[in-house]
Formats: sequence, C-alpha cells, structure tokens
Amino acid sequence: MVDVIALTPLLVILIPLCAGLLIYLSDQRPNLRETWSVAAGILQFLAVISMAPTVLSGQTISYPLYTFLPGLNLALRVDSLGLSFATIASFLWILTSFYSIGYMRGTHEHRQTRYFVCFALAISATLGVAFSVNLLTLYIFYELLSLVTVPLVGHKETAESSAGAKKYLLYLAGASKTALLAAIVLTYSIAGTLDFTPGGLFTELAGTTPKMLTIVYILFIFGFAKAALMPLHAWLPAAMVAPTPVSALLHAVAVVKVGVFSVLRVIFHVFGVDLMGQLGLGEITLFLASYTILMASIYALTRDNLKARLAYSTVSQLSYIILGGALLTPSGMIGGITHIASHAFSKITLFFSAGSIYVATHKTKISEMGGIGRQMPWTMAAFTIGTFGMIGVPPVSGFVSKWYLAIGSIEAQNIPTLIVLLSSTLLNAAYFLPIVYKAFWGCDGHGEQTATAVGVPTVGHGGPDSFIPTTTADIVMSNGSGPFTGGGAPPQSLGAAAAHDPEDVREAPFVVVPLVITAICSVLLGLFPQYFLELAKGVIQ
Amino acid sequence: MLATLGEMFAMNQIGFPILTFIVFLPVLTAILIAFLKEETEIRIFAASTTLITFLLSVLVFVFFQRGTDQIQFTENLDWIAPIGVSYHVGVDGISLMLVLLTTLLSFLVVLFSWNGIAHSLKQYLICLLVLETTMLGVFVAINVFLFFLFWEIMLIPMYFLIKIWGGERRDYASLKFVLYTLLGSALMLIGFVILYLNYHEFAMAHGLPKTYSFDLLDLLKAPMQDEKQVIVFLLLFFGFAFKVPMFPFHTWLPDAHVEAPTAGSVLLAGVLLKMGTYGFVRFSLPLLPVASQLLAPFMLVLAVIGIVYGAILALAQDDMKKLIAYSSISHLGFVILGIFTLNTMGVSGSIIQMFNHGISTAGLFFVVGFLYNRCHTKAIARFGGLSKQVPIMAGFYLLISLSSLAFPGTNGFVGEIMILFGAGQDQDQVRYLIPAIFGVLLGAAYLFWLYQRVMLGEITEENRSLIDLDRREIGVCVGLAVMILWMGVYPMTFVKVTEGSVKYVVSRMTTIPSQESAPLLVEKGRKTTG
Repeated sequence: MVDVIALTPLLVILIPLCAGLLIYLSDQRPNLRETWSVAAGILQFLAVISMAPTVLSGQTISYPLYTFLPGLNLALRVDSLGLSFATIASFLWILTSFYSIGYMRGTHEHRQTRYFVCFALAISATLGVAFSVNLLTLYIFYELLSLVTVPLVGHKETAESSAGAKKYLLYLAGASKTALLAAIVLTYSIAGTLDFTPGGLFTELAGTTPKMLTIVYILFIFGFAKAALMPLHAWLPAAMVAPTPVSALLHAVAVVKVGVFSVLRVIFHVFGVDLMGQLGLGEITLFLASYTILMASIYALTRDNLKARLAYSTVSQLSYIILGGALLTPSGMIGGITHIASHAFSKITLFFSAGSIYVATHKTKISEMGGIGRQMPWTMAAFTIGTFGMIGVPPVSGFVSKWYLAIGSIEAQNIPTLIVLLSSTLLNAAYFLPIVYKAFWGCDGHGEQTATAVGVPTVGHGGPDSFIPTTTADIVMSNGSGPFTGGGAPPQSLGAAAAHDPEDVREAPFVVVPLVITAICSVLLGLFPQYFLELAKGVIQ
Repeated sequence: MLATLGEMFAMNQIGFPILTFIVFLPVLTAILIAFLKEETEIRIFAASTTLITFLLSVLVFVFFQRGTDQIQFTENLDWIAPIGVSYHVGVDGISLMLVLLTTLLSFLVVLFSWNGIAHSLKQYLICLLVLETTMLGVFVAINVFLFFLFWEIMLIPMYFLIKIWGGERRDYASLKFVLYTLLGSALMLIGFVILYLNYHEFAMAHGLPKTYSFDLLDLLKAPMQDEKQVIVFLLLFFGFAFKVPMFPFHTWLPDAHVEAPTAGSVLLAGVLLKMGTYGFVRFSLPLLPVASQLLAPFMLVLAVIGIVYGAILALAQDDMKKLIAYSSISHLGFVILGIFTLNTMGVSGSIIQMFNHGISTAGLFFVVGFLYNRCHTKAIARFGGLSKQVPIMAGFYLLISLSSLAFPGTNGFVGEIMILFGAGQDQDQVRYLIPAIFGVLLGAAYLFWLYQRVMLGEITEENRSLIDLDRREIGVCVGLAVMILWMGVYPMTFVKVTEGSVKYVVSRMTTIPSQESAPLLVEKGRKTTG
C-alpha cells in the first residue's frame, strides 16, 4: 500500500482548533463568531474531500507528528475507514453549525461562546480519532473528546444537566481510564507495538495465550464505552439533557460514532479478521451486539420523551455497526461501515426534527405531538424520511447498509443474527411509525399543549416518561418538564409565544433548512451509495 | 590563583562551578537577609535569588549532554581526605530533573509567600532559602557522606517551617515528622557505613590508592555478596521508605501536610518526598542490583498497596490538604512501581512521574493556599460553586487536577503510561497492573469529586466576596501550567535527558560487575584524585 506524506490530515485537525480560538476571541460579536464556525466547517470539509481521490485509489495519506515516547510515535494517517468517518463528521458539522445558530438563538441559550468553542474542539478531537495511526494517538484524542464534550452535555447548568454530565463523565472516563488503558498497556506488552495494521498487529500468538488475547479484546470493547454497548449504555440517554444540536451531532454522530469507529478499528486493525475468527471473538461480539440491539429497541418502545426514544434507538443502531464488523464476512463488514454513514444522516435528521419541534412549540413528548405534522410539514416530512432510514425502507440509505448486513449474516451462515436483524427492523418500525402516524393523522391536543408550555409542569405525565431505566431519580426527566424547561430563565422565544397560539406555529428557517438537507442527503445516499461502498471495500481489502 | 581555583573545582563543560553556585546561593542570601530590616527588600532579595538559581539550573539543563550516563558538571574537592570524604557534586539525568524541579518550586513558593505570612517573614524566608540549599545538596551530592549531611540538615528548616508557621497541631506534627525521618535515616546511615567498609575491603584487596571512600563512583566499583546486599538494601529501604513515604510508613505525612504552611506543604510534597524515591534510584538500584532484583516483588506489593490504600483514604477526606496528602501516597506508589519494574521504560517513567508529581501536587497545594489565604479554612464542605466567582483560579485548578489524574495531554499521563508500559513488559509483573489501574480510576474519582465539590454547584453566600487570582498568583500558576503542558505534549525533551542514566541503572541489573570489570560510570572532565 502506497503511503503519501501530506499536510492535509494535520490541517483538517487544526482548522477547527483555530476556529475554536477565533470563536473565543469574538465573544462579543455573535455574527462574526458564527461566521467562524461555518467557515471552518466548510474549509474542513473541503480539506477532507480533497483527500478522497488519493484514498479511493488505494493509497493512504500520512503526516508523522513526532516521537511521543521512546518507541511510540504520534502520527496521523488517512485510510478508507478513517476517511469515510471523517467525511460524515465534517459534512455534518457544517449543517449542525447552521442548525446550532438557529437553535441557540431561537431558545436564547446562555454562554453560547463556550458552546461553540467546545463544539469546534469536539470536532477536532473526533477527526483526530478518525486519522489516528496508532492506539496511543487514538487514546489521546478519545480522551480529549470526552473532556470537551462535558461542558456541552452540562450546558444548561441545572441540577439535572449537571447530573447528566456527571454520569456521562463517570461512564466514559471510568471505562477509558480502566478497561481501555489496561487493554492498550497489555497490547503493547504483548505485541510491542500499537500501530494499526491491516490484518491485525498481533502477528503471532508467541508469548501469550488465546485466553489473554480474549481478555484484551473484552477490555477493548468495553473500554470504548462511547460505543454504548450494553451494559455501558446508560450515559447516552442521560446525556440527552444537552441542547438538541449537541445531541444531534455528538450523540448521533461524533461521540458515539467515535466509539463504534474505535471498535471497528480494533476488530480490523488490531486483532484482524483472521485472529478474531480463530479466537471465536466474533461470536462473543455478535451476542453482545444482538442483545443490545433488541433490548435497546424494547426500551425505546417504552419512552414517551422523543429524545429519549431517539437515544435508545441510537444505542440499538450503534450495535448494528459493531455487529457488521463482528460478522467478519466481507458483506457484513461493508454493511457495518456504511451503516456509520446511513445512521448518521438519518439520525441527525431525526434529532434536528426533534429540536425543530422544540424550538417552535416547546414540546418534548410524543404523546403531545398529535397533528404536529400539519403545523410543521417540512420538519415532519424530514422526520418521516429519517424514520424510513432507521427502519431500512428503500430508497433511504439505511436500506443499503441493512441489505449488506443481512447478506453478511447469510454469508456467515449465521441465522440467529439474521433473525435479530429482521426482528429489530420490526421493532424500529414499531417505535417510529406511530410517531409519524400521530403527527400527520392524530388529533392535535390543544389542551395539553397549553398545559405543557414552558415552566408549567404537568402532573400525571411522569410515569411513562422516565428517561433512564435505572434508579437515578434525580435526573429522571419526568413531570412533563422535559429536558429543556429547567433552565434559569424561561425562554421568551417565538416558540414559547407560539405555544400559546397553536395556529401560529412557525418553523424557524435556520433550523428547518439543515434538517431538510440532511433528509435529502440520506435519500441521496441510498440512491448513490458508491462513495461509502468504495471506501468500505478499501477497508476490507 | 585562577588556575588553582580551576583545578579545585574540576572545570566542567561550561567552565564554571555552576552547581556550587546553585546550591549555595540561597544560603548566602539567607545570611544576607538576616541583616536586612525592610520587608519589601527581603522579599525582593529572596525572590531574585530563587529566580537566579532557577535560571542557572535551566542553563545546566540546556548544556547537559544527552544520551550519556556520565555525571556532568562535576566538582571534586577533597574535604576530609583520610576517611574518604570529599566535596564531590555533579548531576546526571536523574538528579538534573529533580534539581530543576527544586529550583522551580522554590521560586514559585517564594513568589506565593509574598503576602499572607502572618509573622516573622524574615525568618520564614530564611528557612525557605536554607531548605532550598539542602534539597539541592541532596540531589547533586555524589559523595554519600555529603548526601547524608544535606539529608539531615534539611530537617532543621523544615521542622521550623511546620513548628513556627504551622496550624493548630503543629507541635505534634513537626515532632512526628522529625522523629520518623530520623529513625529512618539512622538505619540508612548504618547501610552506608556497611557500603563504605565493603569498599575498604575491596580497595585493600586490590591495592587501590584510595583505601577509604564515600564516593558513589568508588562504591560502585566494589562488588558485594548477595546476603550482604539484602541487608544493606533493607537498611537503606527504611531511610528511603520513611521519606517517600511508602505504606506502612506513611502516617507522618498527613499530619505534617495539614499543619504545614502552604509553602511547607508544596516543598514537602513537591521535593522532599522525591528524596526517598531518588535514593532508591541513585543508591539501591545501582549499588545493590542483586538485592533489588530479589526484593523487587516485595517492593512492588508495597507500591500497589500504597497506590490503592492512599487513593481510598483520599476519597474519604473532608479536608482538602489531607486529601492531597493521601493522594501523594498513591502517586508515589506509582513511582515505586515504576522503579522496581527494573526496566528502562518503567524507571524513566518513574523519574518523569517524580517531576510530574512535584508539579501537580505543588499546584494543588497552591490552590488550597489561595483558598486558605482568602477564607482561612481548608474544609471541603465550606466551598462549592466557586467557578463562577473565581474563574481564573477554577481554570488553573482544572488543569492541575487533570495533570494530577493523568489526563492525556498533560504531564501526568506521560509518567503514568510509561510506568504502566514498564510494568506490562514483564509477564510476572502484569498482575500488578490490576491494582495500579484501579488506583488510576480512584485517582480520577477523588480529584474530579474534589473539583466538583469545591468549584461546581451552587455558591454559598459567604463565598460571594471571594476575589480571583491577582497577577502574582497567576504568575505562580502559569509557571506550573507551562510545565504541565510542555511535558504533556512533548515529553521527549525530558525523557531524553533521563535516558542515558536510566539505561545505566537498568544495565546494572543484568551485568553485575565482576571483580575486574571497570565501572561503567565515568566522570566527565578532569578528575582530581586525592
């Protein structure tokens, strides 16, 4: 494989970093500040795309940074897997920037500068993970990502958001400081290197036992708690207290995808398909992933809060990606990798829609969304496309990846996995389609609407709404207050005003345009999946 | 005249007895200060002296030749020739890091103590300056006698710092500190005497011109029987383990820290504790390689007990200083773990970690000091929600916490990962990773939790009038922050310095010198033999 040395990978990481600095410096000038976000997003996306021809032709692009410790280098390398992830993350950052501007201004959030700075830093760290050449570089960026996203999760600075942030940090830092660190140290002591190698870096079993390698593998997949494999998933629903754009980009795209991306890296480039097969690690992973897919879908069925339902849907969908990798067959792996893209576009559409509904009406619960599709046609049309993507209805992109996953499980002659895939599709339909139905054909509950206007908790909606299944009652978003109403100052936006006058619900353009674009993209991706398929094929070669 | 001076000071690569200058400048200033009356003058003198020593040690760092195990900038002067005592000083990669740490922290401590000393500022600064001289002396001494001398004298200024400027239980704490350390050092002295006599036997048998010597370089030439090595190792162990302090000799530490003034705590945690770990690397490992290998499992077990035990105790504290004191026990457990992995990665990791701990723990104590100067309390429950009131302090405190809990991108991560990699290299030592990593997790827990209880949440009414850091205090923090980020982002600057000396120490483990083989450690520059 030919390796090209170029500065571009470093630029891709530095652009958002510089943007973060510029945003910080333009604290007092909101328009200039937002310009930086958008400009950096576009620049970064162009830089990422400029590397595509080289990578598609089978080469990789490297930029060696420096020797960190004796025998351990920090370096960046763009390969097919990294590029496919980077393309998604950087493209969606542009849209999310637009969306954030509309959303944050629409809801009059406080400390917007901190928000945009952290956002830019998070993207920088995400791309750092995508371009990492070895486990050490990956670990550093992975941890930086955890750190800079904590202020985003706890943005509202209320009791429940700081509890959510605490849980977020506890799960992610706890797992990476223990399991992941141990896995990396053990890998280094067994293999003597941390560099990702196609086919795996454990060249031979010499000096260790299969049992040891199995332990290392288990430590890896639980160490990457961002992948939200059960039982380490509880941080994800808790983190939904964040403002919706954060949930959208970080918890449907950047943070969680960093988790599954790292798991795929470990499967493909640390252990390698052959060793995975020999040790029977594929089966363990398939079991864990299948369990997560089904259980998370069932959890999702029981949630009335829209974002909570989306969060559990994310937990479930992430495991599709892991499952694809763990099938260890070519089609399965292609399915897993392309599902990163298809899930990203569909899920971000769904989150954007949820945010749009909130900005316009301040509704967070599905039971209150009767007839909302008639008031917000664009939003709910996009939402519908997003649900089709989740279910895997052609021509939306989810169909392509699910198709490959199904083929992959047949190739692996793994009928239980096929059954899991099919039944989870049914479950997806079961928890998403009622929302769509209700939005377009349900009756619009005016009475409820006024009752749930900002700051007025409705009694009696507490039960089905519980955000987290565990006992953390303090961060349960019950009592109809939703994740957004705990803020210090009740938003006096057009949305709040509109909530009292149901005839005057307007969709904010800054919010609607990005979500329509992502919806269209997810259809286009279903019609023209070549780009991501080619990259995925590059990975498995 | 100049020529003879040059001969006496055994010119080194910069042609100037720089180490002597660094070591004795503070004590000279202390004498000068004793005659001054004006408080501002005293402060300026003390601060500029410590700044000059720091800059000089940076100079040494710059001119230090990398990649060699030679002792550099040596000065060798006969003192009590018949019994083999000489004024022999020099630095290698291991001691240079600690010299740099000492001079940096001394300067920051003087800067910190500009205000807030309730009484006897002059005496206080004299104590600090004398303390600096003795600490530096310990690290640059090549002659074991000289080492021991500085080691013992160091107790005096530290005793007064706790005794005079300490908290309510200062009498108890200062006495306990001195007694514990003296007990250890008495045993250590016996160990040194056995080494000294061992060299004498060796020299007599081989007809060497120097029949008695306390010089480390001479002692290294003399091989020793295995049983004798174990005995000497244990004797030295008591001296060093009390100082580190290793579990179960740690009980003096929380008392001393809680009662000491901020400057005392900073130097105690930042530098004095490192003397113990430095002693292991400097004397135990190269002089007693067989015993070190034999007793390594024992040391590793004590190390991981210290890591976990210190961390658990830290979780349970309600006093900020006590919490940090226990966290030191945990962190120094890591250093011991690294040293007794007995491989290059582990030992250099532990030297880096000594430096890191000096920086991050000093930083934590400074933050406590800032809060104490403002609120006159160290009780955690008294604080909360301060980040809105004192954002600059909160920012620095966050960075220092991250460094202390080994967050990637800070210095703590570098030391910790090197030590863990070192421990992972040996199949027999892999089992120590489990408690060590558990300690890492606990470390993150108590530091984040402390940060949360002090800085986040709702602010109480009485803390609303807190003022943020002024320029002098920001200066103290910036000094630390630069080191934290530099070592965290580009650690090779520092790892390279330690490399040669560490390789030598580790090579002693595999190649135990036979009777004939010449020592690997050779001095640079002209050597004056007595």
